[in-house]
Parts: sequence; C-alpha cells; structure tokens
Amino acid sequence: MNLTIVVLAALDGISYAALVFLVSVGLSLIFGVMRIVNVAHGSLYAYGAYAAATIGIAVAPISPWLTYPGLLLAAIGVGTILGGLLERFLLRLVYGRDEALQLLITFAVFMILDNLQRVIWGVQPIFAAAPLQLLPNISVLGVGYTSYQTLLLPGVAALTLIGLRYFLRHTLGGAVILAVTEDREAATAIGINPNRVFLRTFILGAILAALGGALASPTTSLLPGIGTEMIVLSFAVAATAGLGQIEGAAIAALMIGLARAFAIYTYPEFEVLVPYAIMVLVLLIRPQGLFGATRLRRI
Amino acid sequence: MWRRHRVLIGATLVGLAAIGVLPMASPSIVTLLALILAKGVVVLGIIVLLQAGQVSFGHAMFFAAGAYAVAFYGRYVGVGDMLLYLVFGAVAGGVLGLIVGLFVVRYREIFFGMLNLAFSMVLWSLLEKMFHYTNGADGIRVARPALVGLTFTPDQFSYVLLYLSFAIAVAALFAVQRYLESPLGSMLRAIKSNETRLEYLGISARRVLLVGYVTSAVLAGLGGSLVAVIQQIATPEFAYWTKSGEFVFIAILGGTGHALGAFAGAAVFEFVRFYASAQLADAWQMILGFVLIAIILLAPAGLIGIVRRRSAGERSAA
Repeated sequence: MNLTIVVLAALDGISYAALVFLVSVGLSLIFGVMRIVNVAHGSLYAYGAYAAATIGIAVAPISPWLTYPGLLLAAIGVGTILGGLLERFLLRLVYGRDEALQLLITFAVFMILDNLQRVIWGVQPIFAAAPLQLLPNISVLGVGYTSYQTLLLPGVAALTLIGLRYFLRHTLGGAVILAVTEDREAATAIGINPNRVFLRTFILGAILAALGGALASPTTSLLPGIGTEMIVLSFAVAATAGLGQIEGAAIAALMIGLARAFAIYTYPEFEVLVPYAIMVLVLLIRPQGLFGATRLRRI
Repeated sequence: MWRRHRVLIGATLVGLAAIGVLPMASPSIVTLLALILAKGVVVLGIIVLLQAGQVSFGHAMFFAAGAYAVAFYGRYVGVGDMLLYLVFGAVAGGVLGLIVGLFVVRYREIFFGMLNLAFSMVLWSLLEKMFHYTNGADGIRVARPALVGLTFTPDQFSYVLLYLSFAIAVAALFAVQRYLESPLGSMLRAIKSNETRLEYLGISARRVLLVGYVTSAVLAGLGGSLVAVIQQIATPEFAYWTKSGEFVFIAILGGTGHALGAFAGAAVFEFVRFYASAQLADAWQMILGFVLIAIILLAPAGLIGIVRRRSAGERSAA
C-alpha cells in the first residue's frame, strides 16, 4: 500500500465522514431530546439531495454559482417543511406512547416518503455535479482531489459541530433544549413550552439530515435507495458514538468513514461490512456507545 | 381442550375454509395465500418478543438464514426434500438465534433493537458482497423440491405448498399460544411489566428472554425456508433492515395481544400489497404506510384488538 493510496483513502474517508456526521448528528440530537429514533431520517437526507439537484439543474443555466445558495435553500426548505409537518401533526400524537409504536410510526413515514420520492423524481439516476466542478482541484501530497470534498465538506461539518456546541452550551435557546431534556416537568413549571422545544429540535435535526443530502448530491448520482442506505449508516455512527452524543458522533463518523475508505482500497468486498462490524463490536463492549454515559443496570 | 382453544380452533376452521374456497375464485391467489401463512409464522416470532416488550429491528437475519440454508443446500448438495428444507431452515434460524441471542439478551429496549439491527446488517453485507458463494444481490435460485419423495408439476406444487404452509402455520400457532399461556410465557411478559420482581423471584430474566429469542429465531428461519421455496429465490434483501421493519409492522398491524394477530396482519398486509400494486401501480408502499399510521393512532391493539373490543361490546350488550 503506497502513499498515494493512503492519501486517497484518507481524503475519501474524511469527505464521506463529513456527510455522515451531518446526518447522524441530526439523528442523535433528535433522540437525545425527544427519545425517538427517527427511521424517516434517511428520507430527509434523500429529499435534501433530490431537492438540491432539482434546484441546481433549474438555476445552473442562469449562473452555476447560484447552485450554492440552492444547496442551502434545499436543506432549509426540506428540513423546515417536512420536519415541521412530521413533528407537529404526527409525532406529537404519540409522545408518551409505547416505544415500539413511536419507532413504527416513523417507519410508516419512511414507507410513505420513500414511495413518494420515486413518484416525484423517478427511478433513473440524476446527476447535478455543478457545485463540484466549479471549485478547483487541489493537490494533497501529490494527489489531485476536488476542493469541494477536501475543504468544503469537512469545513461545513466542523462549522456545524462548533455551531451546535455553541448553541447548546452558550445560548438561551440551547439552554432551554437542555432543560427540557433533563427534566421536562421542571422545565414546564418555569414556563418553557416543551412542545415548541420539540418542534424546534426536530426541525433542526431534519435540516441537518437534508443538509447532508444536499451537500452529497454533487458528489454522487441520485438513485432510489440512497436514503434507505443512509439511515442505517447514520444510525451505526450515532449508536457507535452513543445516542445523543454530539462530539462523539464526529469522532465515530471519522472512524467509520476512514475504516470504510481504507476497506475500499484494500478489501473492497468488506466495504459495506465495516461500519456494521464496528457497530456490533462497540455495542457488545459498550452498549451505551463509545462516548455515552454509563447507565446503571436497571436490575 | 375444546373450550380452551375455542378461538384457535375457530380460526383454524376459518383458515381452512379460506384456503379451500378462495383458490376456486381465482387460482392466482394460491401462492399469495401460502406467502401470507409463511410470513405469519415469522411474525409469530416477533409477537413472542413483543410480549417481553422488546422490538427486534433485525429479525430479518433469521428469516434470511432459513432462506439461505435452503438455497445453499440446493446449490452445493443438490435438490433436496421439502421436509428436509424446513428442518434446515428452522435449525439455521435457531442456531444463529442462539449465537446472537447469547449477546443481545443482556440488553433492553433501544440497545436491544440497535444490536439486532447491527447483527442483521452484518449478515446482509456478507450475503451481498460474498459474491463467490452467494451470487451477491442477484441471490440464489431455489429449485422446486420433492415432498417425501413425491414430485409435482409446478401447478400441483403451488397447492402442495399452500397446504403445507397451512399445516405449519396451525402447528406454530398452537405451539406459540401454548407457550405464551405457560409459566415461561408469563415470565416473558414479566420482563415487560417488572423485570426486577422477576429477578427477585430467583428467575433469570436473561434465560427467559433467551428462550423467547431462540423460539422467535426458529420461527423466522422456518418461515424463511418456506418463503424461499414459494418465491423460488433467496436474496440479500431478505436480511435487509426494511424486511425486519416489515415484520414488526405486520405484528403491530395484526395486534400483539394474541398469536392470531400475526396471520391477520400478514393477510391484510399482503392483500393490500397485492391488489394495490395491481391497481395503483407504484403506490402500494404509500398506502401501507397510511394504513400503519391509522392503526397506530386509532387502534393500537391492532386488528385483533378491534375484533376483541367488538365481541366484548356485544357480550356486555347481550
């Protein structure tokens, strides 16, 4: 294994980890606050990607630079509208119900969105690589790579991580979310409306998933099934880190992203296996995840 | 015996009438009915685990284990006998269930679900990528086996499969209902209601859950081997997480309060899929999604719960 391959694998792994991080941190945030595993999270990723591609194809003839605000618009639009509708009109009806039912209602949403996605965008692959081609290629230790993937994606992921940390630890909005997570009753007693907090959290998580999709759209061809694949992968990252862990999700995403990239260059048949194998190993040893707080056994 | 099993015997007779009469109306329904019964057997296993309050989002791995046990036998040994296939399917599911179960019964709720998901995705990626042995995403074709040495034409065989599936479904239904009514079944429910008390009684909750887990894995493997023969193929899709979700879906749809829910749910699920995909092209998945939401919001006890509530209402009215 020579240096070129090592560098290539590392770059692949980092850009991939950046995307997976965005999606899984949204999943983790929603679980941390609302205790709901959102199976439809992968659909939000897919809708973000398809919406970005649609906007991109529409605005590229005017000016290819417009595709960048297009990416952002797609993420915020999909996250706010779909996320908002889901929380307000569906999830709110099942809070406090059986965990299995909560999980299954998001599974039903996944089935509907997955079907709708095929109706809207069809099953033919869609390409919208304009944002990728606009930025120049750069050379990392003699290996040429797109700066979109080496700089922009990790940059956005890092900014998201810092932004989320700052938001949760140092702003009133974040403090309110943490308060509701810690003790819902006490938070309600001091005048916080938990429903509004849940709505905001869910929309924020949904925007992150859609942003992951929007940013991924220039780097790959869009096919039915991208969301189905992403949900388990982001789930593997979130569970490996420990559900609800934000910084942990970044590290787990890097671990899984890099391991997967190196597998592609060395044992390609294990590419798909690696993330899940890591997840199984970590969960067997530490079920609360690498960074999750140890919980006392109930019995 | 008659009184205690009134409901089950009644359901068996209704089922017998259905598989006798429905194929006369339209012969194309034979395979669909067999599929419903086979899937119902898998969902029985999900219902067993739901008694303990545990949702497995990875049970498709045992389903796939049963299907691939049949497929591998056909590929490497030669066409076998149907009964042999069923034994292989059940054993494959049970052995894998014991191995995975020894790990997962230590965990509860979301951790239980996650670990099951992780194991099933490992199996899925192996089936998908070990192309040399598994044909990858194309899957392995399953040739029509003989039954106790008798060979059939494809047409006859579809009826044979239907009757065989029915016999297995009835046996599984009685066995599971018996299990759930036994002390071991009560202990399983105690894991959901109060695990601490169960342990104070000197009973190992893990061991109780392991018995339930292996039972459900055997049922999934059995159903998997049936489906592989009915659909004449085993593909990695059998182990994918959406398949696991589908099984849990059917369990909730039918209702988890009674073993019969598995078959009621499977029947509605497959009929909706069959007719919606014939009438409305590409909308069956959406329709099933809406059905599921409606059930969760309006009738969380499932189809069985609706029937029970009605019969209870009639009784109090009388």
